[in-house]
Amino acid sequence: MTMSDTTDQLIARLSADAGPVQRLRHPLMRAAAWLGCVAIGSGGVIAAFADTSAFIGRAHDVRQMVELTATLATGLLAIVAAFEMSLPDRSRAWALLPLPALAAWLATTGLGCLQGWIAGTPTDLGESAECFLILLGTSIPLGLVLSWMLLRAKPLAPASVAAMGGLGVAGIAAFLLQFFHPFDVTVIDLAIHAVAIGLVIAVSALSSRKLAAA
Amino acid sequence: MLTLRGRPNGRPYLFVRVVSGMVTQGDDTNRENWSRLMQAAQDGDRAAYERLLRAAVPFIRTVVARQHRGDRIEDIVQDVLLTVHRVRHTYDPARPFDAWLATIARRRSIDAIRRRGRIAAVETTDDVAYETFADPGANKDTELTVQASGLGAAIAALPEGQREAIELLKVRDLSLREASQVSGKSIAALKVNVHRAIKTLRARLKGSRGDDE
Repeated sequence: MTMSDTTDQLIARLSADAGPVQRLRHPLMRAAAWLGCVAIGSGGVIAAFADTSAFIGRAHDVRQMVELTATLATGLLAIVAAFEMSLPDRSRAWALLPLPALAAWLATTGLGCLQGWIAGTPTDLGESAECFLILLGTSIPLGLVLSWMLLRAKPLAPASVAAMGGLGVAGIAAFLLQFFHPFDVTVIDLAIHAVAIGLVIAVSALSSRKLAAA
Repeated sequence: MLTLRGRPNGRPYLFVRVVSGMVTQGDDTNRENWSRLMQAAQDGDRAAYERLLRAAVPFIRTVVARQHRGDRIEDIVQDVLLTVHRVRHTYDPARPFDAWLATIARRRSIDAIRRRGRIAAVETTDDVAYETFADPGANKDTELTVQASGLGAAIAALPEGQREAIELLKVRDLSLREASQVSGKSIAALKVNVHRAIKTLRARLKGSRGDDE
């Protein structure tokens, strides 16, 4: 089969337009770069402001330890998955990577919430609102930097990549929140966390098309 | 540098050699060479890039033809070429180029099927759709279907420039930059043409609806 005139002309135009490009680094290296920056930045804030003794105290409880680990693992794995998914030749199965950790996170948080409800832990709406603001306040700057890095790959499905990135950012933000919110989770807390995390994922996915086109 | 080397079966074959960043003569049909051509293209070698794209078109066409038939294949081949151009910085020379390209071609083929499905959802006519119901709200879908069938004819009757702009930007859903690369027209000219096309279509469809009434 011969090449049609239009395809032939298109190749000529694309070739004329093809200047040198900077190759993207390996997705794991790019994920490590973003996570490294977050670790340095958040490490400084935690050292200066966090109640680390309360955090360490919570980590002695098995359920809370599992919850913290699952939260962090969800964030880390979702970030790795987002960088892999941003490349055009990677399998969509990368989207499954954070799911086991996410399931463990939801299960342990739900269990903690149930234990708190049985024990009659009082709900403090002020603290819940504070959590909401911390989650959003942490997620927005982290999400902006992450979006910029992910969209450099010009992903074929920007909404899926952004949603996965949003889950990663939400997981990291929820983990960092534990340093500033050393309390048992109540039903209201859980609902507010879910709304904040859902909001981060939804905004990431919805804004991705515009950002990708920019 | 053109080099001849013997295969184990005694027959010579050509291979590409990179000399000072430039890819010299080679057997472009050999997929093993595509990776080196792409590497050179990433470094700014336009000639290597053009050779690669020309060599890869039959391969792309084969992948696309597994899911599509007829004239549509060439449209999707062009979509794949545009996508390759847009994401060429993501190719890792350590990985096989044909696998990278085949994945992109498959994904763009699937995107085209989905896009076609969305369009077909409003363009397909159905005898049952001509039934009318007492509640005017219940007839909205029928009206949309009838309008969509007229839309295809109205697009086909547009002047060449306007029809091309509508097809590239609205039917094939390309970005302005991609449409500009396919058509060779400036982004400004495409914007003007699509604006005029919509205005023309609106006037014609409004007129035809008036005739129906």
